[in-house]
Amino acid sequence: MSKSHDHPENLPQALRAEALETLLIEKGLLVASAVDAVITRYSERVGPMNGARIVARAWVDPEFRQWLLEDGTAAIDQFDLEGGQVEKLVVVANSAQIHNVVVCTLCSCYPWAILGLPPTWYKDPAYRSRIVREPRTVLHEMGLELESGMQIRVWDSSAEVRYMVLPEQPLDSAGMTEAELAERVSRDAMIGVVR
Amino acid sequence: MVDVSADDISEVRVALTELAGPGAPPMVNGELLFEFPWQSRAFGMARVLCEAGIFHWDEFRRLLITNIREWEDDHSTHTYAYYDIFLQTLTMLLAEKNLCPDAELDSRQLELSARPHGHDH
Repeated sequence: MSKSHDHPENLPQALRAEALETLLIEKGLLVASAVDAVITRYSERVGPMNGARIVARAWVDPEFRQWLLEDGTAAIDQFDLEGGQVEKLVVVANSAQIHNVVVCTLCSCYPWAILGLPPTWYKDPAYRSRIVREPRTVLHEMGLELESGMQIRVWDSSAEVRYMVLPEQPLDSAGMTEAELAERVSRDAMIGVVR
Repeated sequence: MVDVSADDISEVRVALTELAGPGAPPMVNGELLFEFPWQSRAFGMARVLCEAGIFHWDEFRRLLITNIREWEDDHSTHTYAYYDIFLQTLTMLLAEKNLCPDAELDSRQLELSARPHGHDH
């Protein structure tokens, strides 16, 4: 969203970008439709909205939820994510008694096709080693307070298996549409560092 | 929804690795953040040129990081304008490669700025 009340297309940078694009097109170095396609690819196809759509579907459709938990790889195929790219996806569900959190202790394996770029802290050696040893403390440091009776399960990703957390549906979201629900799902909830 | 081929996806995968780390674009919740349309055009142009082999992303990134550092030294109290520096880096690199000299760019920019208000694209 533009923060400016001026005409953003008249900013010097906007004119410069337009000047550059028109020149590069004339020189045959690029075509405008390729630039459009790249923008679409990055803005619509990359990022956690794919994961959010999957979570929202699971919230509204119990059969899909069951399928997702039994065979995540097959269940997400219909989401047009080029399924082969998520080698094997295992989806783990939070409940009132269980909290799941995902890590990659070896490196930074991450279900990029559904969650986009990993956050910086996901690759941090401290997160990777400590979340296994002392998950409650690390989650607390990251701002998540879990009741003492809550069981925490830590899932270690690998090149072969990627994990995603299915968060619990917020109580105040009853009656929302699937699209509205998807907007309520945060990336961090699907990694398991928030509820 | 645009149809995306397997090639696109593998390019995105490579790009996700390339884009992370120093000089990475601003992101919110794992998504690219563009404040103005021109910023996404600049980003799109850079990626298309990189995919076409005009330059390697590492080459672009090295220059971008240098420019970001210089900018920080000069403007440490101002708002960080990532895409201003991004666009500057792109034009520098293309000028260096003699693909789009600054003089041409300046004169085209001047032409565009002289358009009457409310012009059609």
